[in-house]
Parts: sequence; structure tokens; C-alpha cells
Amino acid sequence: MAVLQFREALMQAIDEEMDRDEKVFIMGEEVAEYNGAYKVTEGLLDKYGFRRVIDTPISELGFSGIGVGAAMNGLRPIVEFMTFNFAVLAADQIINHASKVRYMLGGQASVPIVFRGPNASAGQLGATHSVAYDSMYAQFPGLSVIYPSEPDDAKGLLKSAIRNDDPVLFMESEQMYGMKGEVSEENDYIIPIGKAKIKREGSDVTVVASGKMYHIAKQAAAELEKEGVEVEIIDPRTIKPFDIETVVKSIKKTNRCVIVDESHPFGGMAAEVGFLIQRDAFDYLDAPVQRVTLPDVNAPFSKPLFDLWLPNAKKVIDAVNTVTYRN
Amino acid sequence: MKDMANKEKEAIFTPIGLKNSDNGKIDKSVKLPPATKKKHKSLGLSEEDVTEMYRLMYLQRRFEERAMQMYQKGKFGGFLHLYIGQEAISTGTVFALNDDDDIITAYRDHGWGLVRGVTVNEGMAELYGKATGCSKGKGGSMHFAKTENHFWGGYGIVGGHIPIGAGLAFANKYQDNGRISACFFGDGAVDQGSLHETMNIAQLWKLPVIFVVENNGYSMGTAARRHTVGEIHERAKGYGMKSALFNGMDALTVYENMKKIADEVREDSMPYFVEIRTYRYRGHSMSDPQKYRTKEELQEYQKIDALERMKTYLIDEGIIKQKKLDEIEETVEKEVLDSIDFAEESPFPEPEALYEDMFSGTPHFHDDKNN
Repeated sequence: MAVLQFREALMQAIDEEMDRDEKVFIMGEEVAEYNGAYKVTEGLLDKYGFRRVIDTPISELGFSGIGVGAAMNGLRPIVEFMTFNFAVLAADQIINHASKVRYMLGGQASVPIVFRGPNASAGQLGATHSVAYDSMYAQFPGLSVIYPSEPDDAKGLLKSAIRNDDPVLFMESEQMYGMKGEVSEENDYIIPIGKAKIKREGSDVTVVASGKMYHIAKQAAAELEKEGVEVEIIDPRTIKPFDIETVVKSIKKTNRCVIVDESHPFGGMAAEVGFLIQRDAFDYLDAPVQRVTLPDVNAPFSKPLFDLWLPNAKKVIDAVNTVTYRN
Repeated sequence: MKDMANKEKEAIFTPIGLKNSDNGKIDKSVKLPPATKKKHKSLGLSEEDVTEMYRLMYLQRRFEERAMQMYQKGKFGGFLHLYIGQEAISTGTVFALNDDDDIITAYRDHGWGLVRGVTVNEGMAELYGKATGCSKGKGGSMHFAKTENHFWGGYGIVGGHIPIGAGLAFANKYQDNGRISACFFGDGAVDQGSLHETMNIAQLWKLPVIFVVENNGYSMGTAARRHTVGEIHERAKGYGMKSALFNGMDALTVYENMKKIADEVREDSMPYFVEIRTYRYRGHSMSDPQKYRTKEELQEYQKIDALERMKTYLIDEGIIKQKKLDEIEETVEKEVLDSIDFAEESPFPEPEALYEDMFSGTPHFHDDKNN
């Protein structure tokens, strides 16, 4: 195991895949000469040159579509967005084209492309820089959505995403790029898409949390441990396909569940997973499933309002207390 | 006249439409540049080539006329956007490009499919939603494709396929394979931001792509002068991109210009922006009452129909006798009628097909136990 920052793990994954396959290239705003807005692509220009590490104008719709066309015509593009909030401008390419071209042409084309970049809130950045898009994209057939929480997952899953023959949205976080963690040094380290990981074992309550929310679930679990509550944390890592089997198996042991989701509440991952749990594990539940999400409100700037808005460990603890009837 | 003046006053956002003519008795939406005066030989085309051009245009025309009849009989549903009137563009272009150059277009795509390897049977069956269709019945009228012949399909979002066309060119340049791409769209698409983002990047990255506006004068029901400012081909100036404007009602003119442009793009790997002026004889789709244009305007264009023009050329130049021409037409007619039988007799996709063709790699469907 090597201790790496999240961004270094991502960079290793991109580097290894570019080294392995000439068809892989990366493009996006500031990825080349600037070495990446968040330094994920640092050093790649020097190693691979301007042909394979490509700075784009601020034209999300244009360069995403060029990525889709290049993927259809034999390449494996990695398209970096400075944030998924900006990818909304490219939604036509992701939703109407990347996810649908193969089907509507009766299987005559493939779109092996990775759209990646930071997702969700990164502090006080106001309403248009703070949205979590993983649940929204998971709505669309044909797309895989990955939102890892730790450097090890990030490396193994990004390598899988780049090798995947269909479009993948790979979501990161500005606030996690500097986070350090142990990363496997296994040669060609691959984590299959669609497999959840039990990151903390516990017998009292199952908490489902991915991406940045995993870390607040972890904080909550440490607090709850002091009070004698053992939390089992499941990090789905992949939002779509979602590994519901691992969650249901855990609930059969704990009989209680809290889902932490950085999306707004309507139709988000928490809503969907909550539905599946009530249908597939109804007889095992000792309490209604609870969720912690953003409120149905845009991100405020002001610090006290922002703190009220974003899910935190206290909200997770409250939800755990509700499902364990400790309130 | 007083009434007109009042209307003009009311039209504070866009110029008003019909009966606003001041350019003669017929108010044409766009002005047509003259056709080439060159003969096929000096363009490097053989007698067989020009005969085949006529056959291809006639095939597209009859395919769509018959498709329209079947649609009106309720044989199949969905949208049906006819290319009738514009066939010289697809035909001249496929002769100008290499067979492995990439072509992508919008939803008015039947003609493009037929000239790039979608068989008449596969095309008609696709309209019927049959398993034997070129896109296995998954795409329908708007999504004809034959990717093995480098025809990447028709696309239904106006302007959505423009960056994809540039992406095809990106991959060709990246792989240094000598291929170029040509991306066709209507005059309505020139108002989409996707075109402008893509033109900027294409010029910046020197992509071997030809952007082609098939300006048929109408963005659905809105005349070109009512939906866009200035001359469309002049948009290229803003990007320092080379551009051309020519007549799309004559296959030889399309061939001459597209050949020159394609050769140049292949040589210097710089993009081109092309406006080809043409006219569609039918409505935007089958549900279009066409109140936005006059019958006289339509008749003016039908007088210069590309098929009639080529037919006259073939006879006048002594390339073909009327009898032989009749035989070609009869063969095409039979082929088209047979394709209707083929489509009607073909099976619909099996229920399992619903889940097929979603993924190239490992398939995944959320919550499939629910379905």
C-alpha cells in the first residue's frame, strides 16, 4: 500500500491507462498547460504531449460532443469538467447522445467515454457551483455513475471506467482531492464497477453513504461508537449500477437503515434505495428507513445558512437515533 | 397596404412572414446561386457516374413518395421528415467524398442513408419499425444509419450532432487515417450554440471536417430571413474559417464544389463551412399545413427540380436514351414497391430486443425485477 492523495490516485489511473492504450486521451479546460484546475492531470502534458492532453476552450457542449464523436469513431476520451455544475451546459451530449446513440442506431456504434470532474458542494460557492448530479445522471439508461470516497476506490474505479465500453460519469470532489489514503500497489489495480464496499462493520444500523458523504457518515459512526452504537457503513461507490444486494444483506443483520445522499431529496439516490429496501427487506426492518439529504433549497452563500444546508455528522447521528429509537 | 404597414409595426421582434414581399412577384425565402456550366467529363465524372447519380436521386425521391403514401395509410407511426427536393446534395456529396469518409446528418436522413449503403429494404423496414430495419427498428425515420459504410446516422436534436461530426474528424486526425468528416444540418441549426462552439474548436484544432448547411429556406415553418441574421455562409468569417456558397438544386454543382472542398480539407486539415441552397418540396414533417410559404414559391423550385435537370442533361448529352432511362425508373420503382412488401412481411423485433443494443460492454439495468 502507498499513501496517496485522492488527486494522485486519479492521476495514476489516467497515466496508467494512457500508457496502456494509445486510444485514451484527455481533454478539458486547463488540463494541459495549467496542469489541471485541481492538479489531477499534473505532469501528463510533459509525458504525453499536446496530442493526447488537450486544453479546450470553455465550451462544455462543444468539447463534450467532440468527445462523443471521437468515442464513436474509435477513441477512448476522458472528458474533464472543471465541475459537474458546468457539465449542465453539455447535458445534451451526455443525456441525448452519449447515452442513446448506440440504442437508437440499433447497436451500430459504441460510446466508450468517461466524463469526470468534481461533483456537489465545495464550500461557500453559491447556488450554481454546489449541486450533486450523481442521482440525476443515474436516472438515464445507458450511463454508469461512479462517486468514490477514497483514493483507493478512485484509482481502481477510474481505471475500470476508462476501460468500460459504454459512457461513464466519474464524480470527484474539490474537497477530497487533497485527502490522503492508502492505495493498492497491485499491478494494474482494477475495482469492478457496481460493487459496494462495507467500509465499517457494525451490528446496530446500516448507513449507506458515497462520495463526500461517506466521510460524514464515518465521523457520525465514531461519535455513535462512544455511545455504544455500532454502525455498519456501506459505500456503494457506484451509484449506477447500484449494488442493492450488499445493502439488503446488511439490513438483514442490522434491521435499520439510514441513507446519506448529497442530492436534493426528490427522486434522488436515497429515495430510490429507500424504495428498494422497503420492497426487498420489509420484513427485516425494525424502523422506517431514514435519509439525510440536502433540503429542497438552493445552496446559500452565507456561512451559517450554508452549514444548515449541507448534511453533516450531527444530522446523520439524529437519523441513526431515530431508527434506533434513541431520540 | 395600410394593413401591411400596421402588421410591420406590430412585428417588433421578428420580420413578418408571407405577403411581405418586395422582391418581385414571388417571395423566395433564399436566393439561389447559379449552377455550374461544366459538363460531367470536365468534372472527372464518367457517363456511368452521372447515370448512377440520376438513379440514386430517383431512388430517394420514389422511396420517400412511397413512404409518404404508406404513412398516410397509417402503415407506420412516428415522425416522417421528407428530403424530397434536396436529393442533389446527398447524391453530389457521396460522389465527391471517399467511401470511407464519415458522414453524419440531422433527422431528414432517408436520402443520406440510401446513398450510403442503407438498402431500400432496410430503409423501408426501419420506417415500419421492423427488426430487419437498418437500425433494427430502434431508431425509425430519424435514425437511419450504416456505420460500417461510415454513415453515422440521422440525429433528432437540432444541432446536437454538430459537435459529434467534429468528433468524428478529431478521431480521424488523431489516428492520422486520411479520412475527413462531413456534417450536414439544416438552416434552423445555424442558430444553435452547438454550431458556434464547434466551429471555434474545429478551427482552433484544425479538424478535417466540412460543416454543411442545407439551407432549404425554412427552419420548420420559419423563413430563413425570419430566424437568422445576415448571410449564413458569412458566419465562417467570425472564426476565420474557409467558406463556400453554392447551388444545391444541381448534383453536378454539388459534386464540383464538394470535391474541391473535400480535397482541400484532406490536404490541409482545416475545416470548411459550406452553405448549400436548396428547397424542400414537402412540409417540415407530415403534419405541416405549410401556411408559411406560397404555392408559387414551391412551383418556382419544382421548375428547376434536380431530377428533371439531370434527366434532361442525360438525354441532351446523348448519354442515355429515353428507353434506357425508363428502364432505370421502372427498376427503381419495382425495388421500392418490393421494399414495402419486405417491410410489411418482416417481423417486428422480439420482446427481448427491448433490452438489446443498450450496452457495448456488460449490460446493466436498474431494478430489472420490476419489469
